[in-house]
Amino acid sequence: MPLIEIKNLSKTYVNEDVETPALRDVSFSVEAGEFMAIMGPSGSGKSTLLHLLGFLDRHTSGEYRFDGKTIDDYSPDEIARLRNKKMGFVFQAFNLLPRTTVLENVKLPLLYSGIKESQWNDLAMQAIESVGLSHRVSHESSQLSGGEKQRVAIARALVNDPLVLFADEPTGNLDSKSGRAIIDILQQLNEKEKRTILLITHETQLAECTKRIILMRDGQIEKDEAVSGQRRAANHFTK
Amino acid sequence: MTFKNSFKTAYKGVTANKSRASLTILGIVIGVTAIILVVALGEGAHQLILGQIQGLGSKTVFVAPGRQPTGPSDFAQIFSDALKERDLALLEKKANMPYAEKVMPIVFGGETVAYGGDTYRATVFGSSESIADVFDVSAKEGVFFTDDDVRSRADVAVIGAKVKDELFGSVSDVVGEKIKIKDRSFRVVGVLEKKGQSSVFDFDSAVLVPYTAAQQYIFGIKYFHRFVIEATSEDLIPQIVEDIKITLRDSHRISGEMKDDFFIETQVDMVERLGVITNVLTLFLGAVAAISLVVGGIGIMNIMLVSVTERTREIGLRKAVGATDKDILLQFILEAVLLTAIGGIIGIALGAVLSFATSIILSQVLAMAWEFAFPLSAALLGVGVSAGIGLIFGLYPARQASRKSPIEALRYE
Repeated sequence: MPLIEIKNLSKTYVNEDVETPALRDVSFSVEAGEFMAIMGPSGSGKSTLLHLLGFLDRHTSGEYRFDGKTIDDYSPDEIARLRNKKMGFVFQAFNLLPRTTVLENVKLPLLYSGIKESQWNDLAMQAIESVGLSHRVSHESSQLSGGEKQRVAIARALVNDPLVLFADEPTGNLDSKSGRAIIDILQQLNEKEKRTILLITHETQLAECTKRIILMRDGQIEKDEAVSGQRRAANHFTK
Repeated sequence: MTFKNSFKTAYKGVTANKSRASLTILGIVIGVTAIILVVALGEGAHQLILGQIQGLGSKTVFVAPGRQPTGPSDFAQIFSDALKERDLALLEKKANMPYAEKVMPIVFGGETVAYGGDTYRATVFGSSESIADVFDVSAKEGVFFTDDDVRSRADVAVIGAKVKDELFGSVSDVVGEKIKIKDRSFRVVGVLEKKGQSSVFDFDSAVLVPYTAAQQYIFGIKYFHRFVIEATSEDLIPQIVEDIKITLRDSHRISGEMKDDFFIETQVDMVERLGVITNVLTLFLGAVAAISLVVGGIGIMNIMLVSVTERTREIGLRKAVGATDKDILLQFILEAVLLTAIGGIIGIALGAVLSFATSIILSQVLAMAWEFAFPLSAALLGVGVSAGIGLIFGLYPARQASRKSPIEALRYE
């Protein structure tokens, strides 16, 4: 059973009686352990797709199964728990809590997890270590560089050991060097820890760092193919 | 999320912006301070007056003409001439009043007292020699008038310390001088010891004369304003009250309680009546102060709404990492309650300090027997009410926060 299974998924926004189709008849599936990119220019529907995938929004028609279940199988509280346990989000704008240390930021999802508080530090330290920020644990988020902030965000997304990591333009606010470091981390998470990662981006070079690219245009899938010769973010990466 | 962690989160939220938080709770601080101050001062005043009434002695019973007042504003004195000389004679009979130690009539009124060119508006009391014992006053200079003076309707007077100062100024020996009340000369036979405002009556500005002379020469009446009766012991008060009723009803040919043209007031009655008055006053002033609490609550709501808008991203993030609507609701309600509760506690401390300072000023500077009483009930009420206000005024902003969609919240710039 695929981790993510989408059949004829559509989403139409209705604003003052004007219907705007954002996603039309999209179908694909993702197996556990995949590292893939959803690529496309702005307005192509990739963000809408991410919102649907993350149960942050409801689709208009079609079917979406995550881990075998659809959004209608869950109550709002169960969806919150699902996002907490099984999904990790990394956003373009980092979204760290201000005036809060790295450790506290990473612990945030644990607050809502029901996991015993005595284990929080260990879990958070583990996640921080996997993004290579162990030396920054007690720094405040405002003292970090952009790249470091995004690594904290990745650690935060990983702390509950989710089934999938959704990364929405994670390098959008970073310079190319920091961006490369982030992609490098994602690659390593996929290869070493077998993490399933969905990367949303509009940059071809970034997309080519994954193993599969879904190209979106006007709310539809234009292309869905495996990457031949995956780029190594750590090595040859040119702008 | 556990409640403990919700609380921690709320605490961080509140302390993240300290200057704003302190300005926000100012309204609550002022409201609670005002309530504590009003209640503490009300309680102090209550105790003060209570002390004065108790100073009369618990063995004392007052008989007044008319009927029992139905409330603080009921001054109806329909039968103001009900207490006559005959009644006094009956009450003085041991057979009628076996447990009465002293029976004393009083007539009183505000009158202008003159000496030479100086005048002073004093309270003139006409009574018998017993007044000195019953109200615990004594002549510092000269002597008190005697029962012989009462019988002979002698125009002699004992004057209060303040009356002496006002009329005679620096003259020290005033015994034997003549003062004029209602164009009648009274010879000063004594000056009272200075007592201060420590009793129900202010004897410092009083002139005491034999009641016979007061009735005849000053007030021109043939009845009494009060009888004051002292029981041989406190336990006999109910018996005394019954005896007075029987005697006076018999004298006035009255058949039942409803038709009484007099009423009897014991110390217990006075304390009760006073309690009603001061409680109503305290309640009223407290209610005025409570309005500022409500205003403070609206301030809290305003700031919480601003805070929710400002922290839209944070709310979105929390939801994206697994916070439920309830988690967010609880977090923001707790922030509001925490703000108001802190405000309440500061308000109580400030109110306590201010009312303590006031009590010191009143007792030291004004020489009143004022005692500081910390109103514990008002303090608990203050914290409870302010936390409740946080709950009420925090609910709406917290609902707004909990209803935010995580996408909208994260998109918010």
